[in-house]
Amino acid sequence: MKLRKLTLMTGAMVLLAGAASATWDVYKPLFELGYAEPEEDQLVHIPPTLEDLEDADMRPELKAVIRRGHDLFVDTQQLRGRHVFNDLNCASCHMDAGRQPFSAALWSAAITLPDYRGKNWQVNSLEERVVGCFTYSMNGKPPEYGSDTMLAITTYMQWLAKGAPVYPDQEIYGRGYGSVDEPEQEPSYERGKEVFAQRCSICHAEDGQGLKQDGKVVFPPLWGDGSYNWGAGMSRINTAAAFIKHNMPLGQPNSLSDQEAWDVAFYMNSQERPQDPRYTGDVHETREKHANFHGQTVYGTVREVDGHLLGDHDNTGEKGFLRPEILRSRTFD
Amino acid sequence: MKNKHLAGGLALLLGFGLGGTSALAVDGLQSDPQRGEVVAKTCVACHQADGSGRNVPNGESWPRLAGLPQAYIARQLRDYQEGRRQNSTMAPFANMLDDQGIADVAAYYAGLSVTEGQGGEDVDDATLARGEELALRGDWNQYIVSCQSCHGPGNAGAGGVFPGIASQHAGYIARQLNQWQKGERDNDPQGLMAAIAKRMSDEDIQAVSAWLSRQPVTSAQGDTK
Repeated sequence: MKLRKLTLMTGAMVLLAGAASATWDVYKPLFELGYAEPEEDQLVHIPPTLEDLEDADMRPELKAVIRRGHDLFVDTQQLRGRHVFNDLNCASCHMDAGRQPFSAALWSAAITLPDYRGKNWQVNSLEERVVGCFTYSMNGKPPEYGSDTMLAITTYMQWLAKGAPVYPDQEIYGRGYGSVDEPEQEPSYERGKEVFAQRCSICHAEDGQGLKQDGKVVFPPLWGDGSYNWGAGMSRINTAAAFIKHNMPLGQPNSLSDQEAWDVAFYMNSQERPQDPRYTGDVHETREKHANFHGQTVYGTVREVDGHLLGDHDNTGEKGFLRPEILRSRTFD
Repeated sequence: MKNKHLAGGLALLLGFGLGGTSALAVDGLQSDPQRGEVVAKTCVACHQADGSGRNVPNGESWPRLAGLPQAYIARQLRDYQEGRRQNSTMAPFANMLDDQGIADVAAYYAGLSVTEGQGGEDVDDATLARGEELALRGDWNQYIVSCQSCHGPGNAGAGGVFPGIASQHAGYIARQLNQWQKGERDNDPQGLMAAIAKRMSDEDIQAVSAWLSRQPVTSAQGDTK
């Protein structure tokens, strides 16, 4: 990265390092849209595109698996009723089919896992990470480990990381959704409601339920049975604020102020949604048990506007169970 | 179409509302597509009897109205009246309509079957490939999100706000995108379309306009009322 930075600073005249500076050039339009430029020592990786896949010197069988993974990723609703029990696609929250920085780009998972995750206090493989997505964000029943569906998705993720170093020492540019500075004022439901009406409801509808056209989800529901459950990362106010700030409204990233992003994230995540699959039967106990996660949600707290205790219910949405059996714990002691 | 004209005339003779078909409220007004068909007599010179409009090479293309969302058509007409959308050809016709006329004519055109787009006939494969990329996947390095992410499955429209653009005339789409780029059209909600248009090159505009014009819309997709 030092080399890349240097190249950029000395101008594009050094053809020798053309490949490196070209890496940066690809993201130049993003900088103009308010995204942070990579810092020195940060790892920047440009994932391959579907066009690259067609051109790649690779077994056609492997290409077929990667294509399948991409297809599942952008149209996850084809797994509806089997693995997915809400209206979301993976690509609903991972822009450009999982390639986009500050949009939870997939490649970083492929080069940093297996790793310890605080969410379940153990080392997770890439497959287990995907199981988490299906369990929480898709309110679903994850595909089996080693299944065709799991292979397709994880192969697609790993292919996106092509050329990036495994277990890098460097910090990863644009990882996750990035972060948004703590707001000056405490996030406000009322202000968030106003931001939602002004900037979000044209697509996601006044009631947050989005829009389906011809039975296909165009704009996903943000709460309720069609959306992610109380255990999804997006239910955390800080995560949602960063996603919104850096990705919404679609096509106008970084157009909300930090305060607006926090306010509308707070409003969105102060609505009801399917139960956290880790629910013990007691919302306070569940919140306490997963305090490292729920410390950033309002699950198990009282909504001020109407005194409603959020998450205090047995509603699991469209699926007929609470906790997928596939979740497992392990120890190497 | 002849039968429809006949039916419309008949309904007019027998009194409004007899048909009772798809009376959708716009701005609190009950709309009647049969009354709308009568209103549309002033539109057919450009927009044609079947609502197909016409692609006019090197000129001002007349958009297809058939199958566009009722709410979208009504909003455009009001925007012409109130100066939020500028077009010297269209403004006098919009100004002839009262609120009821807008509601009715919008209902009429929304109910017509989507017709074929024109203007994308003589385009090379590379251009079409770029058009398809922009329409279906976008070009995120330029932060051009895909057309269908707002304009819906098959780019056939989504709700009352986002009109179908598949099977629209290439000349019309290109002109609108150019106008958004220059700020000559700015009646899109929250500037959502302008933001994207301003990131597109002339080649992008030509490519996506051509590709979209060639995409058929099934009747189920076109049903955006």
